[in-house]
Amino acid sequence: MKLSYYPGCSLKGTALDYDESVRKVCRLLGIELVEIPDWNCCGASSAHMTSHEAGIRLPLRNLLLAAELGLDILVPCAACFQRLKAAEKSLTADPQHWDIETYRGNCKIIHISALLATADVLDEIRRQLRWELSSLKIGCYYGCLSLRNPKITDVVNFEQPEALESIVGAVGAEPVSWSHRTECCSGSLTMTRPDIAAKLVGDIVDAALRGGAEALVTDCPMCQANVEGRQLDLPDGPRLPVYFITELIAAALTGAYPAKQKKLHLVDAGVLSAVMQDAHRSREETL
Amino acid sequence: MKTDVVNPEQGNRKFLNKLEEQGVDVQACYQCGRCSAGCPVTEFFDVTTMEVVRLAAYGMEDMLLNTRAIWLCAACETCATRCPNDIDIAVLMDVLRELALRKGVEPAEPRVPAFHRSFLGSIEHWGRVYEVGMIAAYKLRSRDYTGDMNLGVKMFTKGKLNLMPHSIRGKAEIRQIFSGKGKEYER
Repeated sequence: MKLSYYPGCSLKGTALDYDESVRKVCRLLGIELVEIPDWNCCGASSAHMTSHEAGIRLPLRNLLLAAELGLDILVPCAACFQRLKAAEKSLTADPQHWDIETYRGNCKIIHISALLATADVLDEIRRQLRWELSSLKIGCYYGCLSLRNPKITDVVNFEQPEALESIVGAVGAEPVSWSHRTECCSGSLTMTRPDIAAKLVGDIVDAALRGGAEALVTDCPMCQANVEGRQLDLPDGPRLPVYFITELIAAALTGAYPAKQKKLHLVDAGVLSAVMQDAHRSREETL
Repeated sequence: MKTDVVNPEQGNRKFLNKLEEQGVDVQACYQCGRCSAGCPVTEFFDVTTMEVVRLAAYGMEDMLLNTRAIWLCAACETCATRCPNDIDIAVLMDVLRELALRKGVEPAEPRVPAFHRSFLGSIEHWGRVYEVGMIAAYKLRSRDYTGDMNLGVKMFTKGKLNLMPHSIRGKAEIRQIFSGKGKEYER
């Protein structure tokens, strides 16, 4: 499989490790990625929240660049995914408004977990699995923008998504049932109103703890940074690390969770290392 | 026209026309409250999400442009996703913010538009967001010099902040977008 790749600014800034793990997992699974040349920022929430035109024209430029490659587009960031989809909808509905003669729209925009949760890819993950992350209880956290608005994202199960759970299941971990999987963490307000972000993050973490989670897993770089970062503002209590879904897969497929990767977390992320060590130990015992 | 009293007869027709143009049918609201019930930030609003829709249906533009609600909305799209009458409340919020900025209305939550300006300024300059520069610009603009100092230091020492900006080749195209290209036909 060959896809064009739109990393987005987060994966070139605060989430460099997400970019690395996406590339690594794709390489392991035989998915070739071609980075869209000279891609620009999708505008994220700030553009569409303040200027409709910029909010469409910024992602639109990327769609036109991707169309030259003629491949389906893989997007690891939930916000980028939603903005590219929004631009695609506007462009297809009325190309002339955006000064485009025709747009065929033959490049599908695919969010990372939608790709990883397809039956073929799940089979490949199971086939290559080196270390089952068994006993690790995980709360799958989707947040907003890979799902909503479904009129933009074309996601069917937007209230009860299952993509992350099926991936977590495929690496042998245990997805827990909990209430706040698709609640907003208010990432777009985290710098301006950290008090609001801390409240929402606190609610999410409490809910995950009630569900029995030992860690959260997400496919959104803003959720990852915000849900970990704002836990530091909360009163003392149990903390939950937030792993990227590809971070988890990479660990399960390679049998290694590098200390360098663990150190990048703002909340103690030792639970994955502990599970890996247990897996190593039990394997040695059975040998 | 500035008004503190809700009076549909004083509703702003231009505003209502703009919403119609954008396909936001605020008149379809029957006040079930599902938008407010699902909104993660409505408890911090001065008017609830449903009240925003209702005030919009009355054409109470001035009142809405002065609310904190339009700036505290996180654009999570839960309201628009769940509205049984398919009212695109997320787009309504976008229209309100854009109008407030164009009209130069003093924002009730000034840090939020200061953040957006810093974020977009970074895109305009580099073509991509350069986080470190964007944060510095925001701090200057909002005068929020000390907030999140510990978090910033922690991210820096962990190597989570990429200190190098990346500039794209097609910057001229990006500047053109910010210059108002495409708005020639907008009033």
